[in-house]
Parts: sequence; structure tokens; C-alpha cells
Amino acid sequence: MERDAELLELLEADSRLSHKQLADMLGMQEEQVAERIRVLEEEGAILCYRTVVNWEKAGREKVYAFIKVKVMPQRDVGFDAVAERIYRFPEVNSVYLVSGDYDLAVLAEGESMKEVAHFVATKLSTIDGVVSTSTHFVLKAYKQEGVILEDTEKNKRLVVTP
Amino acid sequence: MTSWTHALNPVVRDMPPSGIRRFFDLVAATKGVVSLGVGEPDFVTPWHIREACIYALGRGYTRYTSNLGMPELRQAIAGYLEELYGVRYNAEREILVTVGVSEALDLALRAIVCPGEEVLIPEPCYVSYAPCTTLAGGVPVLLPTGPENGFQVEAAQIEAAITPRTKALVLCYPNNPTGAVLDRSRLLEIAEVARARDLIVISDEIYDRLTYDGEHTCVAALPGMRDRTILLNGFSKAYAMTGWRIGYACGHPDFIGAMTKIHQYTMLCAPITAQVAALEALKNGRGEMEKMVAQYNRRRRLVLQAFREMGLPCITPRGAFYAFPYVGHTGLSSEAFAERLLQQEKVAVVPGTAFGPSGEGFIRCSYAASVSQLSEALQRMARFLQRLTRAKVASAAGG
Repeated sequence: MERDAELLELLEADSRLSHKQLADMLGMQEEQVAERIRVLEEEGAILCYRTVVNWEKAGREKVYAFIKVKVMPQRDVGFDAVAERIYRFPEVNSVYLVSGDYDLAVLAEGESMKEVAHFVATKLSTIDGVVSTSTHFVLKAYKQEGVILEDTEKNKRLVVTP
Repeated sequence: MTSWTHALNPVVRDMPPSGIRRFFDLVAATKGVVSLGVGEPDFVTPWHIREACIYALGRGYTRYTSNLGMPELRQAIAGYLEELYGVRYNAEREILVTVGVSEALDLALRAIVCPGEEVLIPEPCYVSYAPCTTLAGGVPVLLPTGPENGFQVEAAQIEAAITPRTKALVLCYPNNPTGAVLDRSRLLEIAEVARARDLIVISDEIYDRLTYDGEHTCVAALPGMRDRTILLNGFSKAYAMTGWRIGYACGHPDFIGAMTKIHQYTMLCAPITAQVAALEALKNGRGEMEKMVAQYNRRRRLVLQAFREMGLPCITPRGAFYAFPYVGHTGLSSEAFAERLLQQEKVAVVPGTAFGPSGEGFIRCSYAASVSQLSEALQRMARFLQRLTRAKVASAAGG
């Protein structure tokens, strides 16, 4: 449907907008919006609705590491089989096949550096087809999922202007 | 303290302060206000524009520019207007970069108005036109507009107001505060009057890119209008650059030359930092600008739908980022409505009367605010209106 892209953009920026708000903003009926969302969910265009959390502010430590993984591609399945064996681990946040001097970019998370290091050493690097790994621990997050973590750009407008 | 009012120029002394000022003080003194009273984008200037300015500062862009403005910027403005509206200006002598449209307006009026000459100003309108006319020694002649014509001034109205002293007509469409846009057919009629009666048109088109239904018509692009129109525009609204204070005027070299004379003695040039930023906006700003406009358009629909549901009559604003609903049916004046809404529900709107006598009965609501703020403000307004209606019904039953 023609309005789907706009609907998805609005939801991607703020998934808590109500069907009513979305309908008003898009000039659609509430039922239409509900129906489109149902279809988009069913088709897998909408995967899920989540919250971007700054865990540090919430008082909990989380450790992230980017892991560059070199893989020996396999006949018939290429990189996909190895990628799947990696992304099924709950410690893995995201996995991308990338161009350049390594193959898979993996973002892993854990409660401590030790936990993440342990995961890489015992699980990730021992997978058949994984040739080598190179782990980069995240020291500080500035922006994630398009959101700046400590945004200093607050509204500085006057309350009433002509 | 000794009073010095006797020493003041009586023209300035007797000029009433902006009606918005008083309301601003009221709002500023109230806590927890959700404001729909702001006449500027809620977006911060797109980062690429700010970054270009920072980079230029690093390279020593800290000096005067030509009085007219940086040649590259004037070239870019000429290219932009030609591409958008097909109207051509010579960047050497027909474009003047100014400190916002505010300065351009002041220059235009001072350049053309002789003592006692009249300037026609459709209202409700932005607060500066009449005072600047007065300061230029002219006489503002207000032309009332209302919802029956969608707040569009009519050619016949203009014609009827013309006297031997009439010099110019100010147009501001898309309009602040009503959101009205002038239909092309109406504009053609107005242009005919301007030509026949030898009027200069000062056209403030600062909201041109914020046009939602249909396309903006540039007054200078109408047949025979280029040379009698002083076109004013800037970067504040489309590119969210209000605080940079950067705009421009385009027109016949005689007008621009005269305006440049005043500008060179009073302002010298627009700030170079803002000029660099404006150039970046014109070169690479289109994508982000269009995103912001799309966002205003969605909020416009949201606000209009909410007004429909709470029973506030409102003409569909086709431009700018204001809705101008009617509240006269509540029995309250614009001021009283706005004050009570502020006291009882802490929502700030601007009384229509701040924009001229025809604004009585209306309030200006800016939808340049986030969706969550808008939704909150609209809920509070609905609650306020319900209470007003109940009170009215109760007093009717009791009386």
C-alpha cells in the first residue's frame, strides 16, 4: 500500500504512537491503520516493537564487543550456515556479513568483560568454519539505533514568539 | 527615577508594544506549560548546516562580506528561485542578503515609503508590518480578512482601499497566523490591480516551502509582477534557522540599490557565519528540509482532526505551521480564552488579536511541536472546552 512506507517510518521513530494518532497524522481511518499494521506484522515487515535503553542510566552494567570474524565459506550454503550458528546464541546482539578484510561483524553483549571473552573463546571461535576472531570491547556508547545517548540539544525555544 | 519619556521620539513612545509580549510574560510566569505559542520550528538546524558553519569558522570566516552578501550565496539564491519559481534575478544587483526577513522588510518600507504614504496590510498578519510602516513614516492601512474567504485578501478590497497616497501592498502568504494561502487565481486578480494602480508589492514569502495542499505561487513570478515586487524570503522556517537571522530581498535594481544604501549604513552586512550556513542549506539542505515539512504536514492533520472532534471550527491551514481556530462561540474573547486556557490547563496559545483586530474570536496554535506535546496540549484543550460547554449549559438551565 502506498502509505506503508510513511506509516513504517513513523512507527520506526516512535512505536508508541496510537492507531488513532497515526491515522490522524496520515489522514487515514483508524481501522485502516490497524489493518495495515496487522498485515505488515504478518508479512514480517514489522519485526517487533522495542525500547532503546541506556543501561548505564538504569544502573546496570552491560558490556558490548564488536567481533570481526573470518569465516571459511562452505559449499552450497556460503556464509549462511556459520552465521546461523553464531546468531542463534542469545549473547549475540547482531550479525552482519560485510565486505572487506573480514566476513562477519558480530555484536555480542554480556554482563561483564569476562563473560563476553568467555563466550568468544569457548563458543564463537570454536565453531567449524570460523578461521579467526578479533574482539573490540566497547568503551563508551555515543549513539545506538539512531539515538544519541546523552543528548545535550534540549529545546531552548522561548515559550511564546510571534 | 527621572523620567525620560519626554525625550523620546513620540512615534516610538506612542507605539503600542507587541501584543505577544504581554502574553509571553504571563506564560513565562506559569509552570508546566505546554506551549503552542511558538512561531518557530521545534527542530534544531540540521547538523550538516551547523557543521559547515563550524568548519568555516575554523578556516577563519570571521570578517565582513560585501554589503550585498557573499557572491556565492547570492548566486545560490538566484539559482534556487529560478529553479523553484522560474523567476530570474541578477545576483550582482538584484539580490540583497539581510539579517532575517525582518531587516529586509524594514529596508523595503524605508526605501519606498515617503511621509504620509499609505501601505495596505491584510490582517490578521505577522506583528511587524504595521509598526515598521509607521517607523518608516508611512501610514498602515489594515485590510480585514476572515474565515468566510479563508483569510485571503481580495482584489476588490485592495482596490477599494486605494487612495492617491497609497504606495504599497504587503502580502504574506502562506500566512502567519492563519495558515492561509492565496489561490493563484486570486493572486492574478490582485496583480492586475497592482499593475493598474501602480502599487509596489512587498511579498513576504518566508513560509513558501511550508505549503501542503498544492504548490506555492511566487508573487514575483506572476506576469508583469517581477519588477514591481520586492520579494522577501529567508531560511528561518524551511531550514529551522530562526536564530541565525538570515534572509534576503530580491527585486528591481532600483529597489535593491536603495535598500542596500540603508543596509550599508545601518547593518553593513549580514553575519558571515549565517551566510555560510545559508549557502550550505541551499546546496545540501533539501532532503532534511522536506522531511521536516512532511512532519509538519502530519502534525497539521493531527491538530485539525482534534479540533474537529472537540468542536472547534477551523479553516484548513494550507501553509505555514499554524492553525487558527474560532473560539468566539464559547462567549469568551480571544484574550480571555487564551488566559483561562493558560490558567486552567497550562496550554499556551496566542490570542488572535495579537495579529490584528480581525483576529478577535480566534486563537493561533502553532503545530511546530512534537507529537507528544501536541497530543497533550490537545487533550487539555478538549477538557477545557468541555468544562466551558458544561458551564454554559448549566448557566442556561439555571438562568
